[in-house]
Formats: sequence, C-alpha cells, structure tokens
Amino acid sequence: MAQTNNGNEQPVSRRNFLKNSGLVIGGLVVGGVAGSLLNRTPAPQQPGTTPAPMADFNQALMYFTPEQFKVVEAACERIFPEDENGPGAKVLGAAYFIDHQLAGDWGFNARDYMSDPFYPGEVTQGYQGRLKRREIFDIGIQEMNNYSNSTQQKRFYELAPEQQDTVLKAFESDEVKLTTISASAFFKMLRASTLEGVYSDPLYGGNKNMDGWRLRNYPGNQMSYAQVIEQDKFVKMAPLSLRDHQH
Amino acid sequence: MAKKLPKVDVVIVGVGWGGGIIASELTRQGLNVVGLERGKERKTEDYFMVHDELRYAMRYEMMQDLSKETITFRSKNSVRALPMRSYGSFLLGTGLGGSGVHWNGQTFRFLPYDFEIRSKTVERYGEKKIPDGMTIQDWGITYDELEPYFDKFERMAGISGEENPLGGKRSQPYPTPPMKMTTSIKMFQEAAKKKNLHPFMLPSANLSQAYTNPDGVSRAACQYCGYCERFGCEYGAKADPVVTVIPIAQKTGKFEIRTHSHVRRILHNGNKATGVLYTDITTGEELEQPADIVVLTSYVFNNVRLLLMSKLGRPYDPATGKGVIGKNYAYQVIRGGAIGFFDDREFNLYAGAGALAMCLDDYNGDNFDHSDLNFIHGANISLSQLGLRPIANNKVPEGTPGWGKEFKAASIKYANRMLSVGAQGASLPFRHHFLDLDSTYKDVFGDPLIRITYDFEEQDRQQAAYCADKCGEIIKEMGPSSKIEINRKLGPYDITPYQSTHNTGGVIMGASPETSAVNNYLQMWEAENVFVVGASAFAHNSGYNPTGTVGALSYRAAEGVLKYRQSGGGSLV
Repeated sequence: MAQTNNGNEQPVSRRNFLKNSGLVIGGLVVGGVAGSLLNRTPAPQQPGTTPAPMADFNQALMYFTPEQFKVVEAACERIFPEDENGPGAKVLGAAYFIDHQLAGDWGFNARDYMSDPFYPGEVTQGYQGRLKRREIFDIGIQEMNNYSNSTQQKRFYELAPEQQDTVLKAFESDEVKLTTISASAFFKMLRASTLEGVYSDPLYGGNKNMDGWRLRNYPGNQMSYAQVIEQDKFVKMAPLSLRDHQH
Repeated sequence: MAKKLPKVDVVIVGVGWGGGIIASELTRQGLNVVGLERGKERKTEDYFMVHDELRYAMRYEMMQDLSKETITFRSKNSVRALPMRSYGSFLLGTGLGGSGVHWNGQTFRFLPYDFEIRSKTVERYGEKKIPDGMTIQDWGITYDELEPYFDKFERMAGISGEENPLGGKRSQPYPTPPMKMTTSIKMFQEAAKKKNLHPFMLPSANLSQAYTNPDGVSRAACQYCGYCERFGCEYGAKADPVVTVIPIAQKTGKFEIRTHSHVRRILHNGNKATGVLYTDITTGEELEQPADIVVLTSYVFNNVRLLLMSKLGRPYDPATGKGVIGKNYAYQVIRGGAIGFFDDREFNLYAGAGALAMCLDDYNGDNFDHSDLNFIHGANISLSQLGLRPIANNKVPEGTPGWGKEFKAASIKYANRMLSVGAQGASLPFRHHFLDLDSTYKDVFGDPLIRITYDFEEQDRQQAAYCADKCGEIIKEMGPSSKIEINRKLGPYDITPYQSTHNTGGVIMGASPETSAVNNYLQMWEAENVFVVGASAFAHNSGYNPTGTVGALSYRAAEGVLKYRQSGGGSLV
C-alpha cells in the first residue's frame, strides 16, 4: 500500500522505518549502523542559547565498521584512560586517528617491503608476515570480540573496564593463541597507535584540541625556544598546532 | 638499449654530503660534473610544516621508500637472511642532500687512535689484546694528515663548539662558539667535573649564531625548536648539503643535478670505468652517462651494492678473509646508558636541538687503560637535549606497567622530569661481519638487495656494560631524587628498535690493496678512475657520529680527484 501524507499520519519515524525494514527483531536491536541510528535522539533546539560548537567533520569513519570502531575506541581508552590528570584516548579521538591512518598509506604498508617470498624469521629480523596493517587490525579486533565472547559472553566493548583489561593482557602476553597473527604484536601496534593518536598534531584527527599535549605541558609547534632554552625554571606555554601556520 | 648521453668529466652517484662536497670542490676548479640523485629535489621551504612528529619521525617522510628497495639481514651465515620490511634499527636517507638533511648535526673528529687502531693497540697491549676474528686495521692515513680536511669541513659547515680536552690536536678553534647551555647540561658538567672528567660542549652543526662561511654562504642561528633528527631545518640553521655546498657548485654553472635518476651499474672496460647506467624513474628510460671519472657518494649500502653488481673490485669472502668489497661492516653500540628520574623538578625538555649536548671522551678510544678490561676502544658519553617529542618519548620507571592508568600517570609525570646519560660505543669489525648481495630478494628493478651479516660480540657487550656503569656514576652525581636505571645489558643485535644510522665499512680505506678497497684518497686500488666516498671507507666505527669524518674524507677525496685529473692517470699512492 502506498503511503499517503494526508495530515493524519506522522512522518515515518526512524523506529518505524527500522521495524518495517526488518532490522528490529522482537524489539532487539541488531548492532552496527541500525543500533546507532536508533539510540540517537536529536537535541532540542532552544532559541536564544549559545550555538552548539561546530561539528567536527573529521570524526567520521574512513575504514572501520562502527562495530570495529567501538572495539578499538574501548581498547584505546583502557590503554590511555581518562583520569584525574585529564582526558583519555576516547575523548582525544585516538580511535578516529587509527581509523584514518588505516585508510591510507600506513594501513596498506605502502612504503614497506611486501615482496615475497615470506618466511618466518627470528625475532631480531622483524615482521615477516604478508598481512597489511589494516588486515591485522581486522583480525585482531574480531579476535578481541571472539575472546571476550568465549570468556565473558559479551563483546569487548560491552565488558566492564577491568574485564577489558583482562582481555588486553591476554593479548599482550600471547595467552591468546591466534593462528593468523601474533596477539602480542597486534597489541603492540594498538598501543603504539593509541599513543600516536593521543600525541600527534590534531590535524590527524586525534589529540583533540591539543589536550593530549596539555596533559604533559608539551607546547606543540613552536617556532623558537631560543628564549626558553637557558632557563632553569620550567616554562609552561600554551600549545600551538600546525594549523596556526595557515590560519 | 640505453640512450647514450654526451660525456662529462665527472659523474657523481648520490648527492648528499659526499656528493655535494666533491661537486663544489671540482666545479670550482673548472670540471664539468653531473650529479645523479635517485630522490627528489629538496629546499628549505619544504619544511614549512616540519614540526610534525607523526609524519617525519614516525612515518619516515624523508626516508627511502622500502617498498622499492631495502636490505636483508641475518645474524650469521647459518641463518636465512630476510628483508627489513619496515624501518627500525637505522633509517636510509634519500633525495637531494641525502641523510645530510635529516641528521642531528653532531660533528666529531675521530680520535688519532682510530686511524692507527691496530698499531697503537698492539704497541700498548700486545697482539694478544685483539680477540680472534677481530679485523681491526690501520686506515692508511693519520689524524695529523687528515686534520686540515676536518678543519675545512668545520669551517664550511660553521661547526659550533669548544676544544675537546682529550681529542686530537686542532689547527684552529671552531668557527662558532658552543651552543647555549640548558639546566640539564650544566648539571652534567658539574657532575663530570666533580669526578675529574673532561666534559665539553658537543661540536654542533646547528649554528649557535649567524655565520658566513668561507664560500660566502650565510646562515641563521638555531632556534632550539626540538625538531632536528629525522627532520629538515626550516631555518637553514642546521648545516646540510642543500644550504651549503650544493648551491656553491651550482653557482659555477658546471654542476648539473639530475634528480629521480637511479644509478644501477658502473660501466667499465676492465679496470677502468667508462661511466654509469641509470634509470630515469619518472619515465623508466635507461640512460648511459659516460664520464672520465666516477665518484660513488651514495650511502654505505649502495656504494657496496653498486660495486658488487657492477663486478668492480674483489668481493669479500668471509671463509678465507680475502677480497675487500663488503669487508669490515660495522655499526654502533648504542645500548649502555643510564636514566635518572627527578620527582622534585621539571626541565624544559620539549626544547632542544639535534646537537645540543655536553659530552666527554674519558672512556672513548684509548683514552683510558684497557689492560684489565676485556674489550678495546669505548664510547663518547653525553647528555643531550634534542627536544623530547611526545609520541616517541614515554619512558616510565621500570616496574611501571606499559599501558593503563599507572602508565599514563607516570609517563605524564616524567615527561619533563627525566634525564639520561648515554654512551655511543665504537663498533669494531669481525671477520664474519660483512655485506654481500642477497640471493633471493630483489629491488623494484629486479636487482639483488644488499645483505647484512652482523651481530653484537662479546667485545660489544663488555664495552656496553662498562660504559653503562660510567654513565650511571655521572647521573648519580647529578642527584636524581627518585630513581636511577642503568642499562648494562646488550642483547643480540635486533633490527627492529631504532638504534643508530651509523652503518660503516664495506669499501674500506687502507695502506694496501690486499686488505683495503680504496687508498687514502678513496681511490679504488683496482679501478683508478673510481673514487668511493662515505662512511663505507671506515675500517671500523668509532665511538662517535660519523659525519665529521665523512666530511673530512670527502674533501680529501676531492683533492684526490683533482690530482688524478691533473696527473693524467695512475694510482695516487
């Protein structure tokens, strides 16, 4: 039956759309895109109040699925958690940073030697696998959920923080045995890229508002410390980013 | 069939420090020189956005693209060599200026002992002091003979420094005064003096003040921005070939630089080179550049690789110890340092410069008695303030977890409260450390990669442990309020963590064609019109950064090329 807009019917709501399209089964929401749409209630517009801060258009996914993003964001936050010192990896946008990095050169190992033959080597010879970083992340994220499911019957991001730590430790120590990748090597990459996301210039999508740098009084992109270098006293400076070169 | 170009006097392979110096010296004397550079052009304006740790330091913006060419590595003959798939232990430069653009600027002169290491070791301790398999040999030149060339390099680059109380004799002081002193450096100085050691400001190519060199090139002073190593300098304050020797060569109108030109073979007729074969990587075209003289000035690995691929010179055979090309590969022993954690004070560690440091040579070379020690040589010990950038510097005291709440708190707390004293140890050659062509892995043109066979030895472990203790004594004197960590242990050589881009040897200089590849003008014994310039000529690596000595040898080689040209042929020695 064709829908008519005769004034009595409400426009198709998101919930109805989802119900009708079969994405909601018995009231239980399937994860991924549908779930995130469902839980979103638009903020009421209140005339006269200060306008909301400009949207951060950088915070959209280039590579991860929303499900993968949730796992990575939760893991980053455990690696570098919010505490009394200030924001953690989540607020700083580290997971967006990792997503964006995997979408480009780095994710494709574009500047690494990826020619065959591939042989397992000694530890001192470095990574010898054929998988690219984005493939390692795909597998690693899936395995984090699998491991969480088999030990706690929940997805990684649904676990309590302490339980998430247990999972991460199991990966870090290779207690989790994977056939395709090394669990500890994946963890190492996750840890290293979390720190990159916390501390790289905000132009890459992490270190939001330079708040990562503020945590440790790092002044960012300054043209000169000639006046600071000889001082005995610690000199605290407001950080600057690379954006300051062009705006 | 390669297209044959008109002949030139000299063709240079690789335009970094070596190539730039050779070009400036030869064109000045009227020779026509072509410089073939596989990478792109570079200039100071490129570094407008250089304060980007991720792009330059973590993603290696300025380094060779490993997807096209890398090296292979094994610890010993019985292990299968495998490619270095990602960067780690060392970083390979490329592009105009080469590694001379993204160096730190620490500019030492090797010690008089270094150039006569075998004779002097035997003289003081007897033949037995040299362990089995260690292939140290004299360099065929003395410090005194090389001194004028050191001086020339330092004046061209404007090195900022003060005299090393335990170094070789200088003909003149450094052209510019030392860099500014930080709190940490003053603490190191005081501690070292209390221990009756001989600290001095590290000789720096980051200019302490504006300087005009003898060629009339003026450069501005360093701003201590903290982005030197792995970065180009946006001020031109750090001496590099692009802001010093290359423009001088270009001004003569006799230096033609061809970028994106990847040299693949030295062409030769018996023992005389006729030119080089290269690929224009923008078009894929193969070109032949004939020349009277060929000068190899690429990095250590490609100098060796080109000679082996071109079948020029006798390849080294570790089984017999005979042959020379690929012999005496050496590196740097970087482990062996000490860290102090200061709970009660913060330092401005975000600021710094690549060569901002104080150092001492009391435990370097043969400046101390080795009679009761199970190693020879030693290390330059220093406290440097390079600028601690936040991605790469998250050291926490031992026992702190590597991630999570405690890690975060400690890494933030100590970001500006941690000082370290480091040892840069000499690396001495062994018969079974060498470079040759890999039999399996190829570059993008289908040519074999260079293969490194190398590991740390007992000599290195002993030296690292000894120097770590000395670093520990100094840091203890500096009085950290919290904790001291001394890193005495040197594991097997691992290609994954960054250590140093001080690879040396493979085309070593010496007094005899039996034991060396080039004479003391860096002229090949077996091909008189081929000169091989760079740290490939080092018969071993000292406890120092190599560039000062590379610079001196480059000026020496330039003089050799001119002499050879004037004399009309023959060996210069």
